[in-house]
Amino acid sequence: MSKVMLEVNNLTTKYVTRFHENIYAVDHVSLKVEEGKSVGIAGESGCGKSTLALSLMGYYFPPLHYTSGEIIIDGQNISGMDPDKVRKSILGTEIAYIPQSAMNALNPTRKIIHFIQDVIRAHDPKATKEEIYEMAKERFDLLGLPEKVLNQFPVELSGGMKQRTVIAISVILCPKILIADEPSSALDVTSQKMVIKMLLDLMDHGIIKSMIFITHELPLLYNVTDDIMVMYAGQIVEKATAKEAVFDPIHPYSKGLMGSIIVPESGVRDAKLTAIPGVPPNLKNPPEGCHFAERCKYVQPQCTAQSIELRHLEGDRSYRCIFSEEHLREVYKND
Amino acid sequence: MTDGNDVVLSGSGLTKVFGMGRQRLTAVDHVDISFHKGEISSIVGESGSGKTTLAKMLLGLISVTEGEVYFQGKKRDISTQRKRKEYWKNIQAIFQDPYSSYNIFRKIDTVLLDCIKMRNGNRYSYEEKYELMSEACSFVNLKFEELTNKYPFELSGGQMQRLMIARIFLLKPKILLADEPTSMIDACSRATILDMLMKLRDETGTTLIFITHDIGLAYYVSDSVYIMEHGVMVESGCADDVILNPQKPYTKRLISDVPKIHEEWDLSTVTYK
Amino acid sequence: MRNTLRQVFRSGKFVVGFSIFMAMLLLVMIYPLFFKAPPLEIIGEGTFFPPGIYVSTLDAVNSETTYTLHLDDAAAKRLASRLSDEERLDLQEWLVLSGIPEEEIDISNTEELLSLWKSNYEPNQRFPGMTNARMRYFQRLDTSLSGLLSNEGVTISISNAETGDLEEVGSVSPSDYVNVKRVANVRVLPLGTDNFGRDVLTELVKAIQVSLQIGLVAGVIATFIGLIFGLVSGYIGGSTDDSIMFVTNLFTVIPSFVLLILISFSIGQEKRGAFTIAAVIGLTSWVWTARAVRAQVISLRNRDHVNLSKLSGHSIVHIILTDILPYVASYVIMALILQISSAILMEANLSILGLGPRTTEVPTLGLMMNWAMIYQAHILGKWWAYFPVIVSIALISFSLNLMNTGLDQVFNPTLRD
Repeated sequence: MSKVMLEVNNLTTKYVTRFHENIYAVDHVSLKVEEGKSVGIAGESGCGKSTLALSLMGYYFPPLHYTSGEIIIDGQNISGMDPDKVRKSILGTEIAYIPQSAMNALNPTRKIIHFIQDVIRAHDPKATKEEIYEMAKERFDLLGLPEKVLNQFPVELSGGMKQRTVIAISVILCPKILIADEPSSALDVTSQKMVIKMLLDLMDHGIIKSMIFITHELPLLYNVTDDIMVMYAGQIVEKATAKEAVFDPIHPYSKGLMGSIIVPESGVRDAKLTAIPGVPPNLKNPPEGCHFAERCKYVQPQCTAQSIELRHLEGDRSYRCIFSEEHLREVYKND
Repeated sequence: MTDGNDVVLSGSGLTKVFGMGRQRLTAVDHVDISFHKGEISSIVGESGSGKTTLAKMLLGLISVTEGEVYFQGKKRDISTQRKRKEYWKNIQAIFQDPYSSYNIFRKIDTVLLDCIKMRNGNRYSYEEKYELMSEACSFVNLKFEELTNKYPFELSGGQMQRLMIARIFLLKPKILLADEPTSMIDACSRATILDMLMKLRDETGTTLIFITHDIGLAYYVSDSVYIMEHGVMVESGCADDVILNPQKPYTKRLISDVPKIHEEWDLSTVTYK
Repeated sequence: MRNTLRQVFRSGKFVVGFSIFMAMLLLVMIYPLFFKAPPLEIIGEGTFFPPGIYVSTLDAVNSETTYTLHLDDAAAKRLASRLSDEERLDLQEWLVLSGIPEEEIDISNTEELLSLWKSNYEPNQRFPGMTNARMRYFQRLDTSLSGLLSNEGVTISISNAETGDLEEVGSVSPSDYVNVKRVANVRVLPLGTDNFGRDVLTELVKAIQVSLQIGLVAGVIATFIGLIFGLVSGYIGGSTDDSIMFVTNLFTVIPSFVLLILISFSIGQEKRGAFTIAAVIGLTSWVWTARAVRAQVISLRNRDHVNLSKLSGHSIVHIILTDILPYVASYVIMALILQISSAILMEANLSILGLGPRTTEVPTLGLMMNWAMIYQAHILGKWWAYFPVIVSIALISFSLNLMNTGLDQVFNPTLRD
């Protein structure tokens, strides 16, 4: 049984608007990431996956507020911790985060080595410039980044190179877990492939022990992560291994989502893409019961009567629906 | 499938150059392209490949530096506003971002009313106009009574994009250029938009031209595929041929760089630059 | 639209600026209804009357109803007002010279000082080092002081038309008071008069009105020209853009202020009415607005909705008016406010140099400053002639700019703190 790097229990966080309304963007989310494994979080825009990433760091700023739940990183419970303490002892060393288009966060007036010095000195003020340079050079070699990048300015790098550099800088202190939020969405396909390869290399070389990969592009998750969690309207609706999630989803939403994947492979032209009518619910007034009920093809009155819990199946598989696996597979067959 | 005689739109040697002197940028470099009636084609390229510039040239929104555009066999002439208006009765477009396709200060009704006006329907009675607009909306599964008198910000992204398709339905142009029509739409709603566009082709015989960077989408939806790189047409032909059997190295690389699910996605071919 | 208005009026800065501006506007509109005197009417003979309540002495004395009041400090106040500080020091000087030790003389106690003076003063006493003129000064001082300590009243007499003799007609006792409301002629001059003898407050109100009018006219003209040029050159581009930009650059390179002075000078004194000046200011200060609008339009013309509008067959004019103009509207409103503010200041600048509107017709804020400067009010310490004018200009400018900042924060939410 591998060590659990990250354990989240019933995490709930909310946004508070100027008019004092609460939007529960992350609604009782629980997940576990083991050492050596990577977990993908799939969902469409607005489902709360980026908010979940921010919340996992334990670094809250208004209008984002922590409501309840636990976040345990390698045995250390960081929920409710003082933000300054989080910054000093957790960020960078235990957990690292790459936001979307992180490559635009580089100060254009500084060389790359400066950022690395910044990160290292924040945790080890006594490190010398030479030590830092040597370490950076070694790490960059390992990850396939040329040494000359260390002495260049961000404007001199291409988009893909910048993103890979930022990823390398963020894991320079070998954190236990890396949270990557759409690390390759803003890049062309070739750079995307390089970024993905780098993330896999990070896991292979043991620089990071586990990874959470957040994206709306399912083929990426299939190729990168071991497990996939599907998120909808702030809740996790399905957890399964990547293969199971893509080829044999149980939850109606996951089924619809996987049915809308288009890849340039033979057979795709004859496939029928699925579409789910409607829009996700407004989280200012979350619906009673199942959040997906209003769009679900198989909805029954009992779906909106009470709140729906996760159903657990063998292995680590689970999904959030009132119906049994047999019932759902039966209705899918009849379609 | 395609008959050489029914080429609706074609371009030969199309070139567009921006700027002068040292800042010359050749966005489109001597491209030959042709579209047949009722055909669905895709122009695929990454950002900077010139596909959007080519589209705008075909639409007549920007001028052509070199080369000719032929519409229905004859050289295209859009030198006056009147000729342009005539041309645009036959070719229309849908753009990527549904939010910026609307004038935020005007109600959505005006979008449809403008189309009726373009079809010389200004003298129709109010009931006739209402009838036409309702019909167009129901084609895209929208209810006109619910949308009338609303402003664009009151609609969702999917609704706005579908309304754009309703607009095309009203105009019934011979050619429709769709520039990344689903890239800003949720995955679950994508199929709806694509289905509607196909329905448009099936019911009215419109020629569809997709502009996209998503090669999977291009393969799913098109009969012919055109691959562009840095302004140059690299490869073109039947969709099956180009995607499953690419000839040129750029095409091969492009296809292999896209993540797959049934076939193995070979990451070992990544060469670090 | 309604939502925007709500947000605008919720913005603190806008509300404060708007209130100040409205207050001035109301003052300008309501004041002339109550005080109908023409603003440039010369009412004072003499320069720079200080602010205060001016009571006609004749009417006060001849008042029908007099009241008798016995106030304790009336006598002391009477004495104190007659002796200025300088005179007290002079008295002290003489007394010291006559041998009285300085510590015993309290110049603040008027009664004691005067009694000391009375008992010690010798008109013909000459001290060593004292000039004749000085001695005579003390004699005059003494004469003027006599009767000060007496508690008698004054007699009013008029000269008989036939005999030329003075005939007594009445008397005024020290304890006679009149109710100032019953006095026939009382004029309140809260800001005194200027060098010509005109009521500064009435003048100021009129001047604010004229300056605001000039600002409005000039601002509207400048914004209008800037808007048209910006829209046309931004949207059409090409050689039209080049030629309009050429004209704009001309107006930029030549300092607008110098241009203003030259035009103003060449029009000549005769034709320089307030409206002409407003037009001149408007015609030379549109440059910034044109540039700003053009920049906005250039970024708008490639938007999708504009392209779709073209594809729908709309004409250029239609596209500019419906697809571009509303998007720059918020910007134009802010530009208008700034133009009004700068036009008012520009007029003040011109008038201070004497190149503003004609001086005989209407006052403007700049003209009032000009007069104060020429007649050296600041040197003479006559603060009421220039200080209220400065405060008015500052308030107008401040309120307009504050409104603008408030609007800016509403239209550009990224600027909110």
